[in-house]
Amino acid sequence: MRLKSRHLLGIESLTPEEIVLILDTAESFAEISRREIKKVPTLRGRTVVNLFMEPSTRTRTSFELAEKRLSADSLNFSASSSSLVKGETLIDTARNIEAMAPDFIVMRHQMSGAPHFLARYCRSSIINAGDGSHEHPTQALLDAYTIRQKKKAIAGLKVAIIGDILHSRVVRSNIFLLRKLGAEVILAGPPTLMPLEVARLGVKVTHSMAEALDGADVIMMLRIQMERQGKGYFPSVREYYNLFGLTEERVALAKRDAIIMHPGPINRGVEIESKVADGAYSVILDQVTNGVAVRMAVLYLLAGETGDADSAEERPGH
Amino acid sequence: MDEATIDRTLTRIAHEILEKHKGTDGLVLVGIRSRGVPLARRLADKIQKIEGAEVPVGILDINLYRDDLTTISDHPILRKTEIPFSVDGAKVVLVDDVLFTGRTIRAAMDGIIDLGRPRQIQLAVLVDRGHRELPIRADYVGKNVSTSLDEMVKVSLREEDGSDSVDLVVKAER
Repeated sequence: MRLKSRHLLGIESLTPEEIVLILDTAESFAEISRREIKKVPTLRGRTVVNLFMEPSTRTRTSFELAEKRLSADSLNFSASSSSLVKGETLIDTARNIEAMAPDFIVMRHQMSGAPHFLARYCRSSIINAGDGSHEHPTQALLDAYTIRQKKKAIAGLKVAIIGDILHSRVVRSNIFLLRKLGAEVILAGPPTLMPLEVARLGVKVTHSMAEALDGADVIMMLRIQMERQGKGYFPSVREYYNLFGLTEERVALAKRDAIIMHPGPINRGVEIESKVADGAYSVILDQVTNGVAVRMAVLYLLAGETGDADSAEERPGH
Repeated sequence: MDEATIDRTLTRIAHEILEKHKGTDGLVLVGIRSRGVPLARRLADKIQKIEGAEVPVGILDINLYRDDLTTISDHPILRKTEIPFSVDGAKVVLVDDVLFTGRTIRAAMDGIIDLGRPRQIQLAVLVDRGHRELPIRADYVGKNVSTSLDEMVKVSLREEDGSDSVDLVVKAER
């Protein structure tokens, strides 16, 4: 079993087997994060450039931690400190970074497709850390890892994804992944935040919170992107909370053992009530922990194609 | 080696371990994935029968500690390391099927040392086929087999392969 591509640009191009390989590999890495010395020498001598053209704390630190735990050398570029603010084009930035011969470029960009563009010009492995409102593959993988950890399997589960579907890159990656692994996905949100084409991805769409939550095994809340709300997608935050906020009463509509997820950062009292965010069924912090293991697995698997080496005799050179 | 020979060999190694350590105090066995694991479990069973004491068994995947990951194109599938006890101050006996270049054992020692500070690390192998590339030797050896580099020592164990045997095969035949 191998990963077919040396890049991770999205979930759409992965096969179910490749997804399962990444999730299984992440389990080995989760064990390392529980050790006293949380570091292995696996990627010693490899260089990773974290190219974050859009603000991100959670994803960048998670990648950085994953890189450090694998002993890779990492270098951070952010939009404010890079030459992009001086008018350099993406291709020139890419060529300059490429000239430093990194092994990986982890890229966050506000434009959909930017990592795909980079992948055509670079010899390094490109990992998409979120491109516009397109995909965020490692987030979907860590969500799937968390669901599998709590629910044992993904096939057959009903997953309700609620909130700002329009601006979310997480939701696209999650739809691709959950559908590939056999889950039923239902989306809920205000009509203004629900892109029309999303129904074509094989999911149910509703504007009723009650319908989405009815019998759900997993409740995945999306962040209301306050920075993108200037265009009047809904009348007020208060009204949004009244219609789509996750409260204890609404959680009761889902299955008794439903888990509650959120990609973070959460807006308390907007998309989720504090009591729910901190409640017993919330796995929001597990998602953060699992993010490091999943990103370590992705880096490991992209560092070379995979193959099954077994006994000592089959290990080359051992 | 056939099933009976492998069993007798492991019984001897179990006795040797107990003799050297004068019992099971502080003793732990760590099997190197994948065939070192059933061998470690069998040794623990034998020690239990001889001494009446249980010896903890851990599982170590050395793939994260390999020194050739940057040069090979095929990365091995990772499986979990499961060492559910502290190795601090423990007398660790690493168990593997074949000792060859020594690089697996170097990786295993790095892996163990990352988990804590054992008092001692020893090595038990079913077969030592020579051709060392590092200054490593086993404390307990089932059988020394002279091999050439185009030969392979193929260890089969019932837990992994359905039956027990050790065969010398020419590489091209596989």
